[in-house]
Amino acid sequence: MLLIDCPWCGPRDDAEFHYGGEAHILRPRDAAALSDEEFAEYLFMQQNPKGPHLERWSHAHGCRRWFNMLRNTATNEILEIYPMGEKPRSEAGKAAYEANWRRGSAAEANALSGESS
Amino acid sequence: MSGQGFRVKGAGDVDRAAPLKFTFDGRKYEGYRGDTLASALLANGVHLVGRSFKYHRPRGIMSAGSEEPNALIQLGDGHRSEPNIRATRIELRDGLVAESQNRWPSLKFDIGSVNNLLHRFLPSGFYYKTFMWPASWWMKYEHWIRRAAGLGKAPTGRDPDRYEKRHGHVDVLIAGGGPAGLAAALAAGRAGARVLLADEGSEFGGALLADRDQSIDGVPALDWVRGVVAELEAMPEVTLLRRATVTGYYDHNYITVLERVTDHLGDAPDHAPRQRLWKLRAKRMVLAAGAIERPLVFADNDRPGIMLSSAARAYVNRFGVAPGRRVLMFTNNDDAYRTALALKAQGVGVAGIVDVRAKVESELAQAVSDAGITVHAGHAIVATRGSLRVSSVDVMRLTADGATATGMARRIDCDAIAVSGGWTPSVHLFSQSAGKLRWSEEIAAFIPDISVQNELSAGACNGAFSLADCLEQGFTAGGAAAAANGFEAPVIDALAVEEPEIGDRLDLWVVPGRKPLGHAGKHFVDFQNDVTAADVHLAAREGYRSVEHLKRYTTTGMGTDQGKTSNINALAIMGEVLGANVPGVGHTTFRPPYTPSTIGAYAGRNIGDLFDPVRSTAMDAWHREAGAKFEHVGQWMRAWYYPKTGETMRQAVDREVLAARASVGILDATTLGKIDIQGPDAAEFLNRVYTNAWLKLAPGRARYGLMLKEDGMVMDDGVTVRLAEDHFHMTTTTGGAGGVLDWLEEWLQTEWPDLKVFCSSVTEQWAVASICGPKCRELLAELCTDIDLSNEAFPFMSIQTGTVAGIPARVFRISFTGELSFEINVPRRHGLTLWKALMAAGEKYDICPYGTEAMHVLRAEKGFIIVGQETDGTVTPGDLCMDWIVSKKKPDFIGKRALLRPDIVKVDRKRLVGLLTEDPNEVIPEGAQIVERLLPEPPMEMIGHVTSSYYSPNCGRSIAMALVKGGLERMGETLTIPLSGKTIKAVVTEARFFDLEGERADG
Ligand SMILES: [Zn+2]
Repeated sequence: MLLIDCPWCGPRDDAEFHYGGEAHILRPRDAAALSDEEFAEYLFMQQNPKGPHLERWSHAHGCRRWFNMLRNTATNEILEIYPMGEKPRSEAGKAAYEANWRRGSAAEANALSGESS
Repeated sequence: MSGQGFRVKGAGDVDRAAPLKFTFDGRKYEGYRGDTLASALLANGVHLVGRSFKYHRPRGIMSAGSEEPNALIQLGDGHRSEPNIRATRIELRDGLVAESQNRWPSLKFDIGSVNNLLHRFLPSGFYYKTFMWPASWWMKYEHWIRRAAGLGKAPTGRDPDRYEKRHGHVDVLIAGGGPAGLAAALAAGRAGARVLLADEGSEFGGALLADRDQSIDGVPALDWVRGVVAELEAMPEVTLLRRATVTGYYDHNYITVLERVTDHLGDAPDHAPRQRLWKLRAKRMVLAAGAIERPLVFADNDRPGIMLSSAARAYVNRFGVAPGRRVLMFTNNDDAYRTALALKAQGVGVAGIVDVRAKVESELAQAVSDAGITVHAGHAIVATRGSLRVSSVDVMRLTADGATATGMARRIDCDAIAVSGGWTPSVHLFSQSAGKLRWSEEIAAFIPDISVQNELSAGACNGAFSLADCLEQGFTAGGAAAAANGFEAPVIDALAVEEPEIGDRLDLWVVPGRKPLGHAGKHFVDFQNDVTAADVHLAAREGYRSVEHLKRYTTTGMGTDQGKTSNINALAIMGEVLGANVPGVGHTTFRPPYTPSTIGAYAGRNIGDLFDPVRSTAMDAWHREAGAKFEHVGQWMRAWYYPKTGETMRQAVDREVLAARASVGILDATTLGKIDIQGPDAAEFLNRVYTNAWLKLAPGRARYGLMLKEDGMVMDDGVTVRLAEDHFHMTTTTGGAGGVLDWLEEWLQTEWPDLKVFCSSVTEQWAVASICGPKCRELLAELCTDIDLSNEAFPFMSIQTGTVAGIPARVFRISFTGELSFEINVPRRHGLTLWKALMAAGEKYDICPYGTEAMHVLRAEKGFIIVGQETDGTVTPGDLCMDWIVSKKKPDFIGKRALLRPDIVKVDRKRLVGLLTEDPNEVIPEGAQIVERLLPEPPMEMIGHVTSSYYSPNCGRSIAMALVKGGLERMGETLTIPLSGKTIKAVVTEARFFDLEGERADG
């Protein structure tokens, strides 16, 4: 039973929350341009690390807001909570973000195409 | 008649002024307030309390605590009867009724004990080896095994007791109220922290309750305990819970405590629950769970009368009960010396001490010698005798390495044996917290090593066995826990402690017998599951190396006691056989709950009507009065059909279905999910979540939409109307409403935060009556004068606002039956009024209320799908032959790209078709599998399944919808539906059956 510090409501029992899978999976902008394999990377493939994992949660039975969380899947330690649309700031979070095979994948490149950054 | 022949005069803390009567196996006995069932039985000389699991051997009381493996009792009668309760944890009360288990016909003569004679055929893995083949017989075997084994009987009726849950937050939660726990509570409490101290016993004090040879701060240890408890009770921020077991340690210091509130009372007050489950979040946890003594593994070490040394001491000191008239000690450490002295001090006969250690030099040894107690050093018990209770033992000298017994056997008469093989810290909760253990050679047990959560271990559970160390660790842990909460830890001076000095231990994991292991007597390791040292050896010889495999193969530690007394012995024996040490063998996983817990406590009050919320519509009372049968749709209760007197369900549904197309039908459609969507980007948003086009839908118009998941599979459908340029009213399936709102929110917040859209559930705000049939326009016209209801002014798939029966209403001209239809939405509070007005005005049109079953038939006649019935998460719009609703022009919508995946465009996917049975009166069961080629028996290749199937009175025959592989290419083919006992044949058609031209929607 995790104790999750909702950015809007404060620490609450995990029964109030809904797990939303891996964070930072960008939706392709021009999915038609992707091969079936590349699209499958976006649609089906998820990380399953033993250790720090960037993931999405929503306070489903509270404020109903979504946010990002860095959780160690081996210990359930919550290392960082940060807003939707932003990237992790902690060292562990940055490392987990960079270590993800998705960085640089065709699906992610497609999603980023046209973005200024 | 007192009959308590083994009660020791003047000893113990039981209340001699409060005698209590109880029955065990039908016989009447007497004990005192303060007794446990175990101590009261022993006071009456009753040691034999059960038969063992596999061999049905006579078993006695082994412990005085919650680790008890043998004395499992069926307690109480009727629906309150409860199996497998440890006699050592049952507080005696007047009128208590207890029965032994696992014996037939009686405890003293048990048929099953023939297993004991057949023991050569019941080695470890016996059940696996014997009963796993042939697999089809397993069901029969299992039945037989369970009857023969039987761990008590579960009551068949509903539990009449009430259970409660309580949630809480504490600064410091302390598990265990022995010296370490009390010291921790004192330190944290004095610091001002909010403290909760829980102990599974009826009194605080832990091991000190059983000992009389220690003093703290110049007073007997127990007096110190009472002083501390009084001080803690006076602290407003400290909660003391007795009879409260810390059962589970979960993530982020989430702790469950099971408090037995009234189990110890004969007559429980009505206001109190039987048990209370505390769900606590502790900022800091102090584990002070103590330690459990382990038995020695020697030949026939399971006879009644053989108990742990600490238990013998508890019985004589705390309960004033002599374990026997001639008690023999058998030990590998000094603990039994304390017991011998305690027994002697209370005038109990002591037959001597058999000690596997060749040389014992300690203060205790000196005291024992001074007391005139014979010590057989360097000796071992090699055999025990006595059929229903131990009567004598054989003792032989051990060789220097302890591996063999030599010389002449000497017989010693005794009627009880107090055994000590050392102490095992109770690391269960630490291990549950995910903490890592390490092996301590010094105490030959696992102790806490690497902490993962916010907890501290103190005292015996931390491997500190002396009283002085327990107190010091308790004070330190309590102070540190309070300090971690921002309190200033109090200064507590070390207390002067007097206690017997405990010397070295000599581990002898298997005590040699007269013959090689397994050839004379049984060396029990796990008493509850009847696992012997020979079984562990056999498992090792058969190649089991992993401790988890060993556990499952021999069933060591898999009883309801979870191996509290057996784990270390089993691991050490395994290590010896494998030539490894215990850390090399490792240990099995400790899982909650710490002791068996009542399931009722976990359910709490969430049973019966409170199990799940029930949602009912504003018209619910009318449906009930009309005699409707109801069905659950999610949490909603929906009117299913309205039988008239004498009607069968089929007759009622047929009548309702015909009326809806002949005159007027009326349906309570309130339960459909309704989401109010507003914002400048609302149309763009819908354009992305639905498969069809939404940007150009004019205000006042409605459109049917299909929602896909990103994988292209249908997730929901419904009609959405555009109320204004920036305002939509979406409807969803009844069951999908919550999920769709979540879905919309997720996309808005995580993927498209730039869209200015707000979604609100308004399902509860609107009551909806849907009227349909050729006369429904005339009916509505009688109640609604401010809307032009003509086809021209109010066309199909549009919405008008006005008043119906004087109630402000939104009227949708949409149809789920294919008939001319109006859905009248009014604020919920007017729902019943609207319904009654429609029923009254509808009388002359033969208005007929219809339920969900008729609704299903009506829509199936038209071939309209129901998401969740025609779909199951693997069905695409194409599979449903609904490509018409999937936009080819839109650049994107959720699920669009996935519809191009190779698996989705495959030609032989299952497609939705209709099925017409050869016999028009035959209705295929929904879910039935469809085959192309019928074989005499399964397996047969299944090519699809029936999704919807009804009798259609409007078609005059049965109709069915089915998903069939390559279905569109099979039109006219006859397929086979094999059922048990019969086979149905049906012809494939289009999945539409009535009004194929769609001429009825305009009336
Ligand atoms: Zn929140």
